[in-house]
Amino acid sequence: MKRIFKAVVMGVSSGGLEALKTLVPVLRPDFGVPVLIVQHLSAQADSYLSTRLDEVSALLVKEAEDKEILQAGVVYVAPPDYHLLVEVDGSLTLSVDPKVNFSRPSVDVLFETASDAFADKLVGVILTGANQDGARGLARIKRRGGLAIVQSPDSAQADAMPRAALESTSVDHVLPLHEIAPFLNKLIGSSHDNTH
Amino acid sequence: MNVHPETERIELSLLLEAVHLKYGYDFRNYSMAHLKRRIEHRLSLSGFASISMLQHAVLHDEAMFRIFLQDLSINVSEMFRDPSFYKALRDEILPMLGTYPSFKIWHAGCSAGQEVYSMAILLHEAGMRDRGQIYATDFNRAILKQAQEAAFPLAQLKDYTAKYQQAGGENSFADYYTANNKRALLRPFLKERIFFSEHNLVTDGVFGEMHLVVCRNVLIYFDRELQDRVVGLFVDSLCPGGFLCLGSKESLKFSRHADKFEPVREKEKIFRKRRDA
Repeated sequence: MKRIFKAVVMGVSSGGLEALKTLVPVLRPDFGVPVLIVQHLSAQADSYLSTRLDEVSALLVKEAEDKEILQAGVVYVAPPDYHLLVEVDGSLTLSVDPKVNFSRPSVDVLFETASDAFADKLVGVILTGANQDGARGLARIKRRGGLAIVQSPDSAQADAMPRAALESTSVDHVLPLHEIAPFLNKLIGSSHDNTH
Repeated sequence: MNVHPETERIELSLLLEAVHLKYGYDFRNYSMAHLKRRIEHRLSLSGFASISMLQHAVLHDEAMFRIFLQDLSINVSEMFRDPSFYKALRDEILPMLGTYPSFKIWHAGCSAGQEVYSMAILLHEAGMRDRGQIYATDFNRAILKQAQEAAFPLAQLKDYTAKYQQAGGENSFADYYTANNKRALLRPFLKERIFFSEHNLVTDGVFGEMHLVVCRNVLIYFDRELQDRVVGLFVDSLCPGGFLCLGSKESLKFSRHADKFEPVREKEKIFRKRRDA
């Protein structure tokens, strides 16, 4: 039987823009669930990342807004200098809480709250990055029965974040960057074959 | 520990109910994802195995409740946070405010006062300080006391100075404080005409007849229902044409009261209460 998922969360740090430009445009135009991304950026960064990704993607890519309700086939990017949290009712919260792993937004904050909201119906993806953020969050996703995917360290521009994630939990799939989006397309399917 | 998420949600809501019944503080309409993170942090610091254990401690030990209250208080702030906002205040809003013979400003959820003193500096430089009253409120007594001291870690002053300049400040920022050990003490004249008081946006009522309300990065911690209540409080507290300033990622887009305001500066999240609202 095909597993049903409700959301995909991704964490990425250094090398992120390139990685996301490779991955996000390949997601199918009728992607069946929302995608949430934390990319570490400087606090002063503007909305360049979501604007740039939106231009090259079939899916709508936007900066996440406080209290908006998640929709299938939309890619939400955490705004610079704000944590992105998922509520149990599938709405989003932004926060200016202290940095976690020296980061705001932090991958752990997104992954842990999304895991509380979606439990085993969540896919977590850790991509390139030069720190440890996301390792704890991915471990929680696994504990709650979700699916963990990590970019293979040798295909990552910076391998520390994938390696930390691999050490933190038993990861389901370790994939080179260019295989991740096709894998997700198959795993998630279209909005038509998802009945949630 | 791996508690079932549904069990944790029950424990969390019981804890909030207990706190409300016993102490009158109402966190039941806060963002649950946010509360849960804060509470998990407390569990690991204090070595509680579950939220229920924390509930027991909070109910039976007022000192533990005070710690819990600190945990839930949002104390991340900076002077001149989002300089473009302060530049817009300086260039556009204060000149309009200056047309009133006297005016009142409310900083709702003022934390340790960083934004309050930023405002005081802007008013000082615009030569408007004598005509304005600033009311600075927070639900957290401890942080209000800190705000009244007007002392900030020296390490932060470099960042504050840069932001002051980005916000269009042309004086020497060092003129506004004296350095003492590891702290920068703001000059006492900046505290004049600022009234600090305890006020809880969740449970307390309307606050005066305000010309400008500053409430930045507070609403994001509330759920939609509570956001509506608080924005309603601002509607009732503002005079017609009064200004409402929100955080740079906050909006009135999803608010029940959206039609009572018009944007003045879209990007800086400065709104004006409609005269017919």
